[in-house]
Amino acid sequence: MPELKTWKELPIGGVIPGGATPELNKTGSWRSQRPIWNAEKCIHCLQCWLHCPDDSILIKEGKVTGIDYEYCKGCGVCARVCPVNAIEMVPERGEG
Amino acid sequence: MKKTMTGHKAVAEAMRQIEPDVVAVYPITPQSEIAEYYAQYVADGIVHTELVPVESEHSAMSACVGAAAAGARVMTATASQGLALMIEIVYIAASMRLPIVMALANRALSGPINIHCDHSDAYLARDAGVVHIFAESAQEAYDWMIMAQRIAEHENVRLPVVVNLDGFTLTHSVQVVEPLPDEAVKKFVGEFKPAYPLLDVDNPSTWGPFAMPDYYFELKRAQQAGMEAVPEVYLQVQEEYSKLSGRPYKGFFEAYRLEDAERAIVVMGSTAGTAKVVVDELRAKGEKVGLLKVWLWRPFPKEEIVKALSHVSKVAVLDRAFSFGNMGALYLDVTSAFVHQDQRPQFVNYIYGLGGRDTTTEQLAQVFEELKTAQPGELRYIGLRE
Repeated sequence: MPELKTWKELPIGGVIPGGATPELNKTGSWRSQRPIWNAEKCIHCLQCWLHCPDDSILIKEGKVTGIDYEYCKGCGVCARVCPVNAIEMVPERGEG
Repeated sequence: MKKTMTGHKAVAEAMRQIEPDVVAVYPITPQSEIAEYYAQYVADGIVHTELVPVESEHSAMSACVGAAAAGARVMTATASQGLALMIEIVYIAASMRLPIVMALANRALSGPINIHCDHSDAYLARDAGVVHIFAESAQEAYDWMIMAQRIAEHENVRLPVVVNLDGFTLTHSVQVVEPLPDEAVKKFVGEFKPAYPLLDVDNPSTWGPFAMPDYYFELKRAQQAGMEAVPEVYLQVQEEYSKLSGRPYKGFFEAYRLEDAERAIVVMGSTAGTAKVVVDELRAKGEKVGLLKVWLWRPFPKEEIVKALSHVSKVAVLDRAFSFGNMGALYLDVTSAFVHQDQRPQFVNYIYGLGGRDTTTEQLAQVFEELKTAQPGELRYIGLRE
C-alpha cells in the first residue's frame, strides 16, 4: 500500500489527476478462490479472456498464457465459461 | 440606470449578464419565472448558454455537477420541494468542490403543502456544505448573484453558493433595481478557470471516486477548508463589488443602528426591511433598538457577531423555520457564538412567518416591547394563534 496522504495533500474535491487508477489497486488480495489454468487442456478459445470482468487472463498472440493473480478477484467466471474445464477453482491459501 | 422589476427578473438579469455556459433548471413555484426568463433569453439568442430542460431537480443538480466537472460555468435555481429532491446531489456538488451558483426562492417545505415563504428549505441545506447568503431585497438578490459567482469560483473556495431570496415577498413583488452595465458585470466575474476539467482530454482525471474509511475523513476535512476560506474571499469580493456598484456592502451582516442599541433583533431575508422601519420608528421615540441582518449564514461569522452584539442587553433571534426538537437554527448559531464570552446579551428565540404568514411592523414593535421582560432562553412565536 502507498503511504496514506494527509488532508492537505489531497487534490481538491477528491479528484484523482492522471485518469484511470485501477492498476494502483491490487485487488488480488480480495480472492478466496483461485483459478488454476491447465495449459494442456486449454484450446485457446479465449472465452475466459472475453468474460473476465477484470483484465486478469493473460494472453499473447491470441493464446492464453496464464492468470494475473495480482488483480484476479477469484470470481470464477472464467472457470464457468470454459468449454473444456481447463480452469479449476481451488480454495485460496494465501500463497503469492 | 434604475429600473423596476421583480426579484425573479433581477436574478435572471444577473444570470444574463454573467452568461454561464450551462443552466440546468426545473421550474417550481416561486422560482419558475427565473427559469422562464432565462429560457426566453436562450430562445431569443440573447445568451449563448446551453439550457438543459431537465425532468426533475435531482436531474437539474446532476446536470450541473456533470457540466461543472467538465469545466463549465454553471448556474441553477430552485425552491422548497425542488431543493428537497435535489439535496442528495447538492451534498455531492459541495464535496466535489464545484462552484455552482444557485438562487433559492425560499418557500416552505411540505407538509402540509404550501407555496409561500419561509426558510425551511434553506435550513434543509444548512449542512450540505454550500455557502448560504440571504438577500433582503431584489437589489440585493441581483448583487449577491454576481458576487456569489466570484466567491464560488475562487480557487481556495470552490464551493456551491446559494443566494436565498424570500419567495413571493422578493421573487414576485416589483421593486426598484439598479443593474450594472453588462460589460461591468462580465469584467467583474471574469473568465472561469476550472480545476481538472473533464473535457481536458490531454490531462485526464477521475472525478467522484469512492472513498473508503482510509480517505473519506481527510476529504471531508479538506472540504471544510473550502468553507474556512470563504470569509476572506467574501470580504475581498464584497469590497471590490461595492466600489464597482456604489452600493455599500460591508461585512458578513448589516448592523443597523446597532452601535448603542440596548435591544436588538437578528433576522435573515426580507423581514429585515420591515424591522428597519420599526427600528426607525422606535428610535424616533427615543428607544435604543437595533437590527442585525445576516447576509452570510454559512459559514457563520461567529466572532464578528459577538463583536457586534456583546454590548446589547437583550437580543431576539428570529427563525423563519422550526428546527424541530430544539430552538431555531439561527438562534443556536448566535447563542453558541457567545458560549465562551463573559459579556453577552440575554437571548430570546422567535419563530415567525411560517408558510408565508405575514410579519408586520406592529408585530416586530411588539417583539422589541416583549424583550424588556422576556425570560432568557424563551421560545416564542410571532403571529401564532395560541
